[in-house]
Amino acid sequence: MANVEDKFDAIVVGAGPSGNAAAYTMAREGLNVLQIERGEYAGSKNVQGAILYADALEKIIPEFRDEAPLERHVIEQRMWTMDDTSHTGMHYRSSDFNEAKPNRYTILRAQFDKWFSSKVKEAGALVLCETTVTELVKDLTGTVIGVRTDRQGNPIYADVVVLAEGVNGLVGQRSGLREEVAADSVALAVKEMHFLPRETIEARFNLKGNEGVVIEAMGTITKGMTGTGFLYTNEESISVGIGCIVSDFAQSQVSPSELLEAFKAHPSIAPLIEGAEVKEYAAHLIPEGGYKAIPQLTGEGWIVVGDAGQFVNAVHREGSNLAMTTGRLAAETVVRLHRLGEEMSARNLKDYETRLEASFVMKDLKKYKGIPALLHRNKGTFFGAYPRLISQAMQTWFRVDGVDKKSKEQAILRNFRQTRTLRGLIGDAWSVARAWR
Amino acid sequence: MHIVVCIKQVPDSAQIRVHPVTNTIMRQGVPTIINPYDLFALEEALRLKDRFGASVTALCMGPPTASESLRKALTFGADRAVLLTDRYFAGSDTLATSYALSMALTRIGADYGTPEIVFTGKQTIDGDTAQVGPGIASRLGLNQLTYISRIVETDLDAGRITVERRAETGTQVLETRLPVLVTMLEATNTMRRGTVEQALSAARAEIVTWNAADVGIEDLTKCGLRGSPTIVKKVFAPTARTDKAEIVSNEGSAETRANALIDALFARAPGVEDDLYARAVHHYV
Repeated sequence: MANVEDKFDAIVVGAGPSGNAAAYTMAREGLNVLQIERGEYAGSKNVQGAILYADALEKIIPEFRDEAPLERHVIEQRMWTMDDTSHTGMHYRSSDFNEAKPNRYTILRAQFDKWFSSKVKEAGALVLCETTVTELVKDLTGTVIGVRTDRQGNPIYADVVVLAEGVNGLVGQRSGLREEVAADSVALAVKEMHFLPRETIEARFNLKGNEGVVIEAMGTITKGMTGTGFLYTNEESISVGIGCIVSDFAQSQVSPSELLEAFKAHPSIAPLIEGAEVKEYAAHLIPEGGYKAIPQLTGEGWIVVGDAGQFVNAVHREGSNLAMTTGRLAAETVVRLHRLGEEMSARNLKDYETRLEASFVMKDLKKYKGIPALLHRNKGTFFGAYPRLISQAMQTWFRVDGVDKKSKEQAILRNFRQTRTLRGLIGDAWSVARAWR
Repeated sequence: MHIVVCIKQVPDSAQIRVHPVTNTIMRQGVPTIINPYDLFALEEALRLKDRFGASVTALCMGPPTASESLRKALTFGADRAVLLTDRYFAGSDTLATSYALSMALTRIGADYGTPEIVFTGKQTIDGDTAQVGPGIASRLGLNQLTYISRIVETDLDAGRITVERRAETGTQVLETRLPVLVTMLEATNTMRRGTVEQALSAARAEIVTWNAADVGIEDLTKCGLRGSPTIVKKVFAPTARTDKAEIVSNEGSAETRANALIDALFARAPGVEDDLYARAVHHYV
């Protein structure tokens, strides 16, 4: 029954933010799009903290605020460095974030993705769930001409396959388009949903209405591994999680759940989630290798978007916005070629990479290209020594105990020097500054 | 041959939550599924389709979102899906539901051919009544075979069906004339996975959607809350049991183990020993 009707203009593999952005953009422009998702419904397999950055979605669905299930808009960002008993924070809270069109939201992905998927269907794409793409089908010249799935039957053909398959990139791997993701460029994050009445959340975080708070934390909470912890306020729940680079977990033999339990028990976190009922536990991989880990993005008849392309800015905790943006840019390339009647060849699809270079996606990833390796190489320093030194310095500085301030200053400096040496301190500052540029 | 399978969209009971504050069922965000018992009915219908080339219609009464469950039925291999939806159906108990479904079945018979077999699951996981199937059968005057574990033989020419029915006393082998309504027991078969072609055509399919008027229902007092004599008096969340199970040592002779068990029981329920003793004395005196 595989008739002409079953040849699509584009097949999108995966229904996460990048796949939905790509499928929606192409379908809205009139392309005949098939989206294939392995989960029972779009979002059923998807896990994220989760923060939604409005800008990327606004460029795809400008009126999304009227319909999308959003939890709270973020008015306060807390950046913490932590040792075992304390945290030193930099908080930024502004009523400017209570704007008509807020900039960032907390969301629950299972609900948000369902909505996004409904928009994809409304735009005219065909969405096939509970179906796993097993491999790409190529013709004799090696051009990708369709996909094979785990269902019995014929391959499904299309002019171009958009790989929005997520961090592992299994289809790309099986089809020889890319290598396996390296264990040192991917993080494993675990999170829990803690249910609390909304009044309790609002009282604990000093919030009104739909205002929300985000906490991003680093320090001894990751037990010397490269990683961060987070806490996000949702409408009637709090998402708490922590994640570290997979190769660090393998080396330290610390279990992720152990790490999360310790984070939750930390005196700075425990009171925030006290009395909550845990309703959900989830784990997911996050590509954190940055610019240097980006695989080949285009080829004959195929194009890679989202996590599959390692598009995550680990420094700024941004991912879903890069996913949506890359999905949209890839779709724009495909739409343009389709309109011109041009082939979906590797050469023509390079247009996507040109668009990426011109966008914040590649600019940001390039800016921080040295950071992942630097942090990973010096994890003991950045995730252990410095957080401890900062906490000790704060303790010395704020404790009033009859010691004069000059001596306190000297004690703090001595502590830094003894731990890192003067050369070490200058070296660290230099390498961070260089990587940050 | 035409077979109709009645399915219901139900909340996935494995994922139902009770609101920790208000103690009400949180429906928002709870995934819906096809009532698991109905899947055994659907698979049985699809097997008959494989054997006799029957056409299979899936019928569902529910809110517009129930079309998702019907689409899933098409993905498994059903040929046609009919959604019966109307706000007048809201709040239907089994009496009102079986009425509306039997009216829809009559229209299905008129439009697509009279079904030889109507399947349902033995019951739903949300209502748990097992009344709708028999209700449909009695309204339409169909022979009914309930709690069926196996379809032994279907003889279309003779218009007869032979089935195995699980009963408390054992397995009954029953034979009756078509048309018939069959309610299938659980674990009687394994649902297949539709092919690529079935999945694609299911994704594309138009779900036939009928409201009360479409199936010829004129008397709306027989529908929904008004047509339902059953009243839900109270909803409550069961409180989790706090008492813990205890493992009694399995070492030693039968007598030792029996003694250990009795000791453990008496230790747990101090009143029992005296009570038993009192009764024993009373009995023998």
